[in-house]
Amino acid sequence: MGELTKPTSSRVIQAGESGFATTKFNELLAWARKYSLFQYPFVTACCAMEFMATASPRYDVARFGAEAPRFTPRQSDVLWVVGTISQRQAPILKRVYEQMTEPKWVIAFGTCASCGGFYDNYATLAGIDKVVPVDVYIPGCPPRPEAVLDGLLLLQDKIASMDTTPGVVKPRHDPAQNLVNLRRKTEDSAG
Amino acid sequence: MAKKLLDILSERFGSSIVLSTHDQCGDETAVLDAAHWREVATFLRDDPRCKMNMLVDLCGVDHIWDSQRLEVVAHLNSLELGHRLRIKARVGDEDCEGAVIDSLVPVWVGANWFERETFDMFGIRFEGHPDLRRILLYEEFEGHPLRKDYPAAKTQPLVPYREGPDVLGKLPPFGPDEGMVFGRKHLDYMKEED
Ligand code: SF4
Repeated sequence: MGELTKPTSSRVIQAGESGFATTKFNELLAWARKYSLFQYPFVTACCAMEFMATASPRYDVARFGAEAPRFTPRQSDVLWVVGTISQRQAPILKRVYEQMTEPKWVIAFGTCASCGGFYDNYATLAGIDKVVPVDVYIPGCPPRPEAVLDGLLLLQDKIASMDTTPGVVKPRHDPAQNLVNLRRKTEDSAG
Repeated sequence: MAKKLLDILSERFGSSIVLSTHDQCGDETAVLDAAHWREVATFLRDDPRCKMNMLVDLCGVDHIWDSQRLEVVAHLNSLELGHRLRIKARVGDEDCEGAVIDSLVPVWVGANWFERETFDMFGIRFEGHPDLRRILLYEEFEGHPLRKDYPAAKTQPLVPYREGPDVLGKLPPFGPDEGMVFGRKHLDYMKEED
C-alpha cells in the first residue's frame, strides 16, 4: 500500500466507552464518503477479468462499501478505468469523466490504463492521465485482486485525509516466494 | 488438386493477366495484373471447376523497397469443392501514387469491411466500393499506419494532452512525453524525422 503523510484525526468510539467525540465537519464528511463509493466501471480489455474477480464473493469488494456499480457517470463517485484505452476512445473517456459530479476520483486499473503498457503504437493512449487526472494507479498486467483492494484502500485513505496527490500501489510480498525460501532453506541444511 | 486450379487460370487468361503462379507446400498463389482483378475473381466464383464461394480474407502488404510498392492479397475458399487459392496484385508506384484497384464487393459482399480496413491501413483505393471510409481509425487521422514509412510510435491524439494541474489541482505524475518508453529512444529505425 502507498504511504500517507497526513494522519486523520477521526477515531471510532469503542463499545463500553462513553463521552463525546470531536472532529472537523470536513473530516466527518470525508469519513462518510470513503465508505460509500459508487463506482462507474469503464471496462475495455483483458483487465476486466480481474475486475470481475475482485467484485465476486471471494474477494468481495462489498466489504469496503464500493460494491454498487452505477452505469451512468452522473450517479457515481469513482471511475474505474480498466484496460487499454485507444486514441479513438479517449474523447469518450474524457466526456464520461466530465459528466461525473464532484467529488470524483479516478482509478487507473492495470498497466495499460496507467501508462499504455506494451502498446507502444499509433492507436493507444499512453496512460489515461494524459486525458483525465488519476488518483490511484494500480500496476500489473493484470493486477491481482489483492493489489486492486490495496488500491481501493489507498483511495479511501486519500479521501479520508483529503489528499489529492496521485498514489501508486506498491507490490506486495509474493506468497509463492515463501515456498522458494523454504525450499532453499531445506536444500541448504541438507547440503 | 488446386494445382489444377492454377492450370485452369493460366489456360483461361494467359500470361499477360496471370503474371506468375507458385505453390509453396500446397499453398497455391496466382499473381495477377491489377487491371483484371475483378474479372478473374468473378471467373473464380462462377466457373464450375473453381466455385470459390467464400472470400476468407483480404489485406494489403507494403513492399517498401520495390518499385510497385503496395500489394493486395485475397484468400479464397471453395466450401463445395474444398480447395483454396490465394490471389495477389501489385498496385501503385514507389511513392504509393495511383494505388487503385477494382473492388471485390460486387463479387463477394463480405469484401466490404476488409477493403475498408485495407484502405484505412494502407491507403489503397477500391474502385466501385459502396462506402469507402476509415473503419478502425478516425476521420481526423492523417496517413496510413501500416505503411512501413509511418513512424511506429507516432500518435495523433483526438483530445489535447494535459500538461499541468487541472481545476482540482490534480497533477499527472508522468510527464507529457513519458509512458511507454521501454528505452525506445535509442532505436534508430524508430526515430521521427522533424
Ligand atoms: S494491463 Fe495487461 S491485462 Fe490489463 S488491459 Fe492491459 S494488457 Fe490487458
